[in-house]
Amino acid sequence: MKKSKYLLLLALTLVLSAFLAACGGGNSAQNNGGQGETPPAGEGEPTGPQVLNVVDSAEIPTMDSVQGTDAVAFNVMNNVFEGLYRLGENDEVVEGVAKSHEVSEDGLTYTFTLREDSVWSNGEPVTANDFVFAWQRAVDPNSGSEYGPYMMNGKIKNATQVSAGELPLEELGVKAVDDYTLEVTLEQPVAYFESLMTFPTFFPQNQKFLEEQGDKYALEADTLIYNGPFTLDSWEHEVGWTMKKNADYWDAETVKLDEINVKVVKEVSTGVNLYTAQQIDISPGLTSDFVTQYKEDPDLISYLEPTIFWFKFNQTKNEALANVNIRKAISMGFNKQDMADYVLNNGSIPANYSVPVEFVQHPETGEDFREKNGDINAFDAEKAKEHWEKGLEELGTEAVTIEILGGDTETAKTMQEYLQNQLQENLPGLTIKLKEVPFAQRLDLDAAMDYDMQLAGWGPDYLDAISFSNLWITDGGNNKMGYSNEEYDKLLNDVMTTYANDPVKRFEAMQEAERILLEEDAAIAPIYQRGTTRLWKPYVQNVYRHNFGPDFSYKWAYISGK
Amino acid sequence: MTKYLLQRILYMFITLFLIASFTFFLMKMMPGSPFTMQDKLSEAQKAILNAKYGLDDPMPVQYLKYLGSLVQGDLGISFQYDNRSVTSLIMQRIGPSAQLGFQAMFFGTIIGIFLGVIAALRQNTWVDYGSTIMAVLGKSIPSFVFAGLLQYWIGVKLGWFPVAFWSGWEFTVLPTIALAMFPIAISARFMRTEMIEVLGSDYITLARAKGASNYDIAVKHALRNALIPVVTVLGPLAVSLMTGTLVIEKIFSIPGLGEQFVRSITTNDYPVIMGTTLFFAALFIVIVLVVDILYGIIDPRIRLAGGKK
Repeated sequence: MKKSKYLLLLALTLVLSAFLAACGGGNSAQNNGGQGETPPAGEGEPTGPQVLNVVDSAEIPTMDSVQGTDAVAFNVMNNVFEGLYRLGENDEVVEGVAKSHEVSEDGLTYTFTLREDSVWSNGEPVTANDFVFAWQRAVDPNSGSEYGPYMMNGKIKNATQVSAGELPLEELGVKAVDDYTLEVTLEQPVAYFESLMTFPTFFPQNQKFLEEQGDKYALEADTLIYNGPFTLDSWEHEVGWTMKKNADYWDAETVKLDEINVKVVKEVSTGVNLYTAQQIDISPGLTSDFVTQYKEDPDLISYLEPTIFWFKFNQTKNEALANVNIRKAISMGFNKQDMADYVLNNGSIPANYSVPVEFVQHPETGEDFREKNGDINAFDAEKAKEHWEKGLEELGTEAVTIEILGGDTETAKTMQEYLQNQLQENLPGLTIKLKEVPFAQRLDLDAAMDYDMQLAGWGPDYLDAISFSNLWITDGGNNKMGYSNEEYDKLLNDVMTTYANDPVKRFEAMQEAERILLEEDAAIAPIYQRGTTRLWKPYVQNVYRHNFGPDFSYKWAYISGK
Repeated sequence: MTKYLLQRILYMFITLFLIASFTFFLMKMMPGSPFTMQDKLSEAQKAILNAKYGLDDPMPVQYLKYLGSLVQGDLGISFQYDNRSVTSLIMQRIGPSAQLGFQAMFFGTIIGIFLGVIAALRQNTWVDYGSTIMAVLGKSIPSFVFAGLLQYWIGVKLGWFPVAFWSGWEFTVLPTIALAMFPIAISARFMRTEMIEVLGSDYITLARAKGASNYDIAVKHALRNALIPVVTVLGPLAVSLMTGTLVIEKIFSIPGLGEQFVRSITTNDYPVIMGTTLFFAALFIVIVLVVDILYGIIDPRIRLAGGKK
């Protein structure tokens, strides 16, 4: 008995020392440099082998642009295919297959002039018909595309009816006037239509090639053709893929990288080890512990994403949450700064708004969407308590129990426990219960409105504040919390109709809508805007990062001074 | 023997049918849908997709359709990976999982048995204590901790073997070591206990009295008998190792089946869930049969089917 105790003690000591040794080792990467904030942009000339080594978080689910739904697929598609336009630096819309376009006065008809030197990698030219074919496939109910109807319904003429099988494909508002002229008719003016054209769902597809390949289309690198800056040279499923410079690309002169090797890495720690071992040039997004470990490293960069997480208050299930003072109390009743700094610690910032910072700018003055409304319902324990007491009085009770529906990942659980503690501490009489479920179940409970309060998030699919604003219109597909405000609905309706061709009024109407949503109604309680922190070799230049759609563009990237 | 085998194979099919049925209904009870963007889809769009994939059929109809395809050897098409057949997904991923599992099992068992035998022969000496420490560490520390330490110290710091990925023999070294720690511990502990018991039995005393050497006693007389319980433990262990261990595959970025299986559950990819479950079940059943046959080979006194009366 005694012997086994000693053995256990010895074993424990060995394990502990091994752990401590490993943890200590990580600090060797520290040096005296400062922390970079954004990826390096345009410093120096291309030097040495133009090969970039990066990682992605999963296997590519599909390379059929009509079927793509996730970041991994969109990222590859964006670099090997090209739509009418593409995203450049700072999400600026730049030329793609289209050289130019004209918009009719009513904003309903777009006529795109395509370049004649854009070719598929099998030598065939990219024509207007390739766009018509792909777009029709995207809304064809038989194709099973999820993003097609989501992106086109209500925007492209007749898309809703075509995707419901009520009208034939030919009735979709897209027409090839000739090989190099594409005419698109909209249901109503869409202010962000050009940026929408950079999205992979709107990319062209070569009908003849696709039909030749049949069921095998897009399953392997050689059952695809490309028209982008790079081609998919090899694709080893679940392992990785290699993109090579496309010599036939119309703007091949701009493309500096010869090769991009992408490997699938699902563990952040593995990505960090590969980065330290000089095998990759950009690490995956770091988790909190790695940010702390590498905080002094000059390779560390942080940037904000336009993704916001918030509490949705279901006003139909729990009587307390139908009370505006209770909602305001909860909105102001937790310390968001500490949450971002200590719980998340990944470059995220507190959010006191529903439309993210550094996302869209005023069409005339260029000032950020946030300038006008600033912070709404920021953390204030005193004010929160005042609203809370008023709310309890209105409800005629002294105690309230609320259930928070949230995720079941480690980070989500930590976050939810923190929020539970904060709210219970700052709002006396409040009992918070946590319900932590897998993502699919959360979506089901949301759809059935079977929750009190829910921790949910949203990232935009296109560059416009309406991506966030229209979530909360009465009976909207994403509302699912019983929120309804006539004034809010009217403003959003004006944004989509009356002001559709008046960018300034449109923008300001959405700012006013946000004020109503948060200041008057506290319909949701924003928590944080997500940030990402990575290790990024300083010799990797001009990899453009995007706020929506695909994450990265490599068209302009190069290696300098490796 | 032939009758026994045929009977076992019949039972195998019945077991697989029961597993398929049970899994099918359990799977359908999971919340959510296989459509990745379900929060962005309209009700009409969801209905169209459900109809396209036959998910709007009543449950018994879906079940019968599934069994119909299964009988024809068709495991279906993945929802998660557009247009890819479940069979091709399993075939692509089983290679690395099986190789890694086999290597870990092979080296783990050999080293474990060796350590166990030495420990039993040198009971209560430093060799015994050393072997016990190895076994305690191997059993109590999860393989992902070994994986992390090996990756950092041997991969990054010393640069002896690749940090991750799967494209050659050298890539298999670190994950194999990490995964082999558990079989080493298990087989060492079992082997030591069994060997000590066997070494204390009458026939060993008789062999000693007859002047058999220590080597003969250990290898010819004791080892074979001590192996039987070890084989019992190693059967299920082999299945779990060969079908991939999620964590090791993730840490070393190995394109294996374990990770695929877990991912299919979280994404509600019904055909892949069913396909991988059946594949795992079939493998398990076959290995159990192999273990039973192995008993007979190791100890001819164990008869598989009745024997002569």
